[in-house]
Amino acid sequence: MSVTNITEKKPISNGQRRNFNLVRLILEGRAFFALIVIIAVFSFLSPYYFSLSNFLTMASHVAIFGILAIGMLLVILNGGIDLSVGSTLGLAGCIAGFLMQGVTVSSFGVILYPPVWAVVILTCALGAVVGAVNGVLIAYLKVPAFVASLGVLYVARGIALLMTNGLTYNNLGGRPELGNTGFDWLGFNRLAGVPIGVIVLAALAIICGIVLSRTAFGRWLYASGGNERAADLSGVPVKQVKILVYVFSGVCAAIAGLVLSSQLTSAGPTAGTTYELTAIAAVVIGGAALTGGRGTVRGTMLGAFVIGFLSDGLVIIGVSAYWQTVFTGAVIVLAVLMNSIQYGRRAKSG
Amino acid sequence: MSQAEEKEAGTGEVVLAARNVAKSYGSVHALKGVNFDIRRGEVTTLFGENGAGKSTLMKILSGVIQPTSGEIILDGNPISFASSTHARSCGISIIHQELSLAPNLSVRDNIFMGREIMKGGVVDFAEEERQTRALMEELEEHIDPMTPVEDLRLGQQQIVEIARALSVNSRILIMDEPTSALSATEVEVLFKVIRDLTGRGVSIVYISHHLEEALQITHHAVVLRDGNMTAYAERKDIDLEWIVRNMVGDNFDLGSPPTGHKMGDVALTIDNLTVPGPSGAAYNAVDRMSLQVRAGEIVCIYGLMGAGRTELLECVAGRLRSSGGHVLLGNNDVGHLSIAGRIAQGLVLVPEDRQRDGLVQTMTVGSNLSLASIGAFTKGLFTSGGRERALVDTSIRKVHIKTDGGDAAIGSLSGGNQQKVVIGKMLATAPKVILLDEPSRGIDIGAKAEVFKLLAERAKEGLAVIYSTSEVAECLSIAHRIIVMHRGKISAEFGPDVPKEKIMAASGEAVVAH
Repeated sequence: MSVTNITEKKPISNGQRRNFNLVRLILEGRAFFALIVIIAVFSFLSPYYFSLSNFLTMASHVAIFGILAIGMLLVILNGGIDLSVGSTLGLAGCIAGFLMQGVTVSSFGVILYPPVWAVVILTCALGAVVGAVNGVLIAYLKVPAFVASLGVLYVARGIALLMTNGLTYNNLGGRPELGNTGFDWLGFNRLAGVPIGVIVLAALAIICGIVLSRTAFGRWLYASGGNERAADLSGVPVKQVKILVYVFSGVCAAIAGLVLSSQLTSAGPTAGTTYELTAIAAVVIGGAALTGGRGTVRGTMLGAFVIGFLSDGLVIIGVSAYWQTVFTGAVIVLAVLMNSIQYGRRAKSG
Repeated sequence: MSQAEEKEAGTGEVVLAARNVAKSYGSVHALKGVNFDIRRGEVTTLFGENGAGKSTLMKILSGVIQPTSGEIILDGNPISFASSTHARSCGISIIHQELSLAPNLSVRDNIFMGREIMKGGVVDFAEEERQTRALMEELEEHIDPMTPVEDLRLGQQQIVEIARALSVNSRILIMDEPTSALSATEVEVLFKVIRDLTGRGVSIVYISHHLEEALQITHHAVVLRDGNMTAYAERKDIDLEWIVRNMVGDNFDLGSPPTGHKMGDVALTIDNLTVPGPSGAAYNAVDRMSLQVRAGEIVCIYGLMGAGRTELLECVAGRLRSSGGHVLLGNNDVGHLSIAGRIAQGLVLVPEDRQRDGLVQTMTVGSNLSLASIGAFTKGLFTSGGRERALVDTSIRKVHIKTDGGDAAIGSLSGGNQQKVVIGKMLATAPKVILLDEPSRGIDIGAKAEVFKLLAERAKEGLAVIYSTSEVAECLSIAHRIIVMHRGKISAEFGPDVPKEKIMAASGEAVVAH
């Protein structure tokens, strides 16, 4: 039998592809177009909306969800889910508050007041530990991600409530004579007019973007999220990748907790309740697939800003908080619908 | 060998016939115009290798898929089955090769799934249970109707599958490899049931890789090869050699063992390797097996499904744990290394199921190709786009992948080219030993020949190649040595000039007396 006359399946012809271009552009840039539409509509409805100061204020609200969403993106790219980030955020705030109030070492009879940088590092370490618990449960003990992180959600929230006895740590400003001032810097200060929280968000987004597109780890993550078995057989350390994404998500939650408690200069044990769902929504609106392997930082950032600018806009024009919830829900459903159209189309063309 | 001719074959009237039935999937022609008859009260057996089109034909006859062209004639009238439910209502039912049972439900619920017996608006469980018990008695299997299917052995699950098909009281029963997981006694019982059914006028279409077994029961033999019907005969006119000759064919050129290069030292040593069977199984999938392969040598491992080929290769590659023995790459024991560690040492596997284990569908052709060698284009922390592109372009050229380029979606490639991506990915790691588990599965003959040519070229450069296959013709292509596996052990070893019948005999597929 001759070999040369075997016809291969032809790739999609260029002509066909051009017809899809406009549809595809709108589909792939949907979060961006949605953001433009939101800004345009609210600017039209309210004179206060379209101003630099309002954008910066809204951006500092977005920062909290945005930081959570970056961690969530990595988890979702891996094909998992992390429901514990809201609780971790709350627990991190409480730990930070606890440390700022001073740690009593009874055997020496002294009260230690760690400097702010130490508080930040310890809080991030706590986030990493919570993430590592998730990661080990999921990667090594084979607990489904949904269940493992749901359990950790309750445990972390419970610990935060136990620590504080249900009360809130106030006065996190520190005292000059103790050398632990500056905690409010994260939440209140501005660098060149930009809130520090927004700068932290931008820095995390840039780092994460580079990690995803330019490092071996990023490639491993996309591969193991797309097909874990194939990645494993190609020598990708899939278990380590899995643990690392949950650790990163935990650290992001801790950072978000620091920014939030700094903005409020208080830390309550119930802070961040249901924030995990907002973070997931941002990732999904940003075009990531919940099945893993598909998604970008840029999309997730757009998703976070869509949610933030929408809900703040509704506040500004005076729509009731109940309607805000309805609108946010509708946007999420619409986003998922678009996702399935986009990926369905891709599967068909393959 | 017992004969099943209670009556003269060919006397029953034709109940179901295929006329010029063809089926294509895109450019792949699974069936190319097949004609044959199924007669009332007789057994018609389909013979053919993997990919010959048997299962496709059965799916057409049972309404699971529709033919691209040609027609099906039921009782003299052309008919087009809209679905398997339609075919079932016409009296045709099928026992699928892959079990289609719900493991969490009981035997009773599985047997009556989708056609529950209703009484006064609710399911009549007592009647269902009674009928299930009667079926199990007929099949001489002591299975309680209330046992969840997941608690049954594979063979018993197959019995349940058979019972479900029997419970429909069909006129035509299609059995696609019904005996692959059955014990000898269970096969005997099944054959008794088949004889009983044919005695009652039921027509059976039978598919099996166990040629001898099928010859015991059949009245007619139809042989398929590459989607064509190559032979048709009645039982009295045929023997095993006739079947093998027609199944395999003789004008089948997939290349020859590369010569003219010097074989190097032993590249891979498998020493007394044992791999446990699936959890709970009493046997070992690979049983104290030893094998040495030299650099530049091509070894083919032939065996039936369940012979232990996949387990052997996956254990050597590091995916499965061994329960004894050693794997040496050169002189180094790699037994303690992870998959990644073994890839770094030069031992790679191209898995059997490329969709499930080989490709990442969400990534491009290029990202798939470079996946196993990310280290080669990473400097410090960061990957280098330029060096990755160079690596991808080289791979595309070297393994002759027909694609728009590295940025094309993996789904835009044909099966053969997708397989070349998986092979290219592993070759890009510059391995010393490559294991390929059924590299020709699901790709057309042209792509097969290209894959084998590629491997032969690499062997000349000193690569040790081990590939497994379940098609005899592929053993007799580029392999210097043919290892036949049967129940986890090497049952025979041949050079490249061995007759096909001998290979098949050693695999337990057919015993040809000489």
